Amino acid sequence: MSEKQFSHVQTAHCESGVISNIFRHYGLHISEPMAFGIGAGIFFAHLPFIKVNGVPGTTYRIWPGAIFQRVCKRLGAKMQSQSFSTPEKAMLELDRVLEKGTPVGLLSSVYYLPYLPAAYRFHFNAHNILIFGKNGENYRVSDPVMEDIMEIDPKSLAEARFAKGFPAPKGKMYYALSVPEQVSLQKPIKEGIAQSCHYMLKLPLPMFGVSGIRYLAKRLKTYPEKVGERKAILYLGNIIRMQEEIGTGGAGFRFMYAAFLQEAANVLQKDELGVLSQDLTRVGDLWRNFAFNAGRVCKSRSVNNISYAELSEMLMQCAAEEELVFKRLSKVKI
Amino acid sequence: MKKEEVPQDGNKMLEGKFTQLFYATDNDGKYVPVTSVGWEPENVAMQQAWEEVNARVEKARQGVLAGEISPIGYYMEKNIMDLALLASYVSKFQWQVKRHMKPSVFKHLSERTLQRYAAAFKITVDELKHIKF
Repeated sequence: MSEKQFSHVQTAHCESGVISNIFRHYGLHISEPMAFGIGAGIFFAHLPFIKVNGVPGTTYRIWPGAIFQRVCKRLGAKMQSQSFSTPEKAMLELDRVLEKGTPVGLLSSVYYLPYLPAAYRFHFNAHNILIFGKNGENYRVSDPVMEDIMEIDPKSLAEARFAKGFPAPKGKMYYALSVPEQVSLQKPIKEGIAQSCHYMLKLPLPMFGVSGIRYLAKRLKTYPEKVGERKAILYLGNIIRMQEEIGTGGAGFRFMYAAFLQEAANVLQKDELGVLSQDLTRVGDLWRNFAFNAGRVCKSRSVNNISYAELSEMLMQCAAEEELVFKRLSKVKI
Repeated sequence: MKKEEVPQDGNKMLEGKFTQLFYATDNDGKYVPVTSVGWEPENVAMQQAWEEVNARVEKARQGVLAGEISPIGYYMEKNIMDLALLASYVSKFQWQVKRHMKPSVFKHLSERTLQRYAAAFKITVDELKHIKF
């Protein structure tokens, strides 16, 4: 396997993309949406008490690392994963594994990746990239969100691997020890769907899953009076970014999950999943419509309580429709 | 979202070079990956986030010029950091970093401490001490 040329494919999201790219290297073809679905990546959470640059956190996906762990477990792939105390040790170990021709996944901070456009380079520490070789001093990078293969100098890479803040990557790297060449997808799909339904519908806290969408809708309604015009617009802008910025595949991962349901319908010959895929696509369109209108509010910069009430109403609708989809999904016999 | 509806609103900040991947449906309703150069609402939100960063940097710059804060306060904003993040980069407590932002305290910082800050901001100690705008 050491002689094999690594082939890079651009994906929407870094975590499911890295999984898909590693597995393909070992002859196992799992599409990005399939990895996302088996890993139960779809989620929603609004956490007003966790602030990022002073703005309450919103996420449309499960926490970093979870998709990866679940996919490996469900497909029976064995991975080696390690963290390091110093950059020196971390870079030495990376070189050692690369020497064997093994592609290595790394956790990195986008702030220190020079090939990314400056506009994307905030302190975001949970970006997954694959290193698959060296060109002299420099490392060859398969960054799932990039169209082409990139190169990075050792200094920047060490900085990206040892960025501070939350979560600190601590030089984390991972690579495959064994990847099955053929797998049955039936059980992994079943487990992935069951887990997603649980997370979207059953978590007993108001900030998570479908309840989380309603929770955000209620809070968003009162932003202008609670936090003032300037902050309200910043908060709103952050919701749009979390939903639509690079990595989500559109509509906060809803389209990617719909693509998964469609693929699952074909693999398992279950028409019901295909219908649910179409329904989730429509929910995704509702989310896009919300982002479109939220963008207009941001752009006009006018405090208009009516528009916030309307946006809140749109989110409530997203929540209602999404709840229906996942309730029906939880009843499909796989 | 249909394939034809995937927006292609170029983002000036990305110079139109950078594409991201979306999942959209083709004429038969089948999901396919489609690349896009951007979408207006996201561009607006991103630009707004940067305007906020720039406003904070400018405010800190004025603060340094007026002698109200030390260059550490300026470089922190310039590097899009907050107190917690900067504190972890220089291995100090937040209250210490806050203190170091007072010009009177900054003046007496040891070379070693200044070196830590300079490393966190990826500049030289000289650039930190003698800030030029």
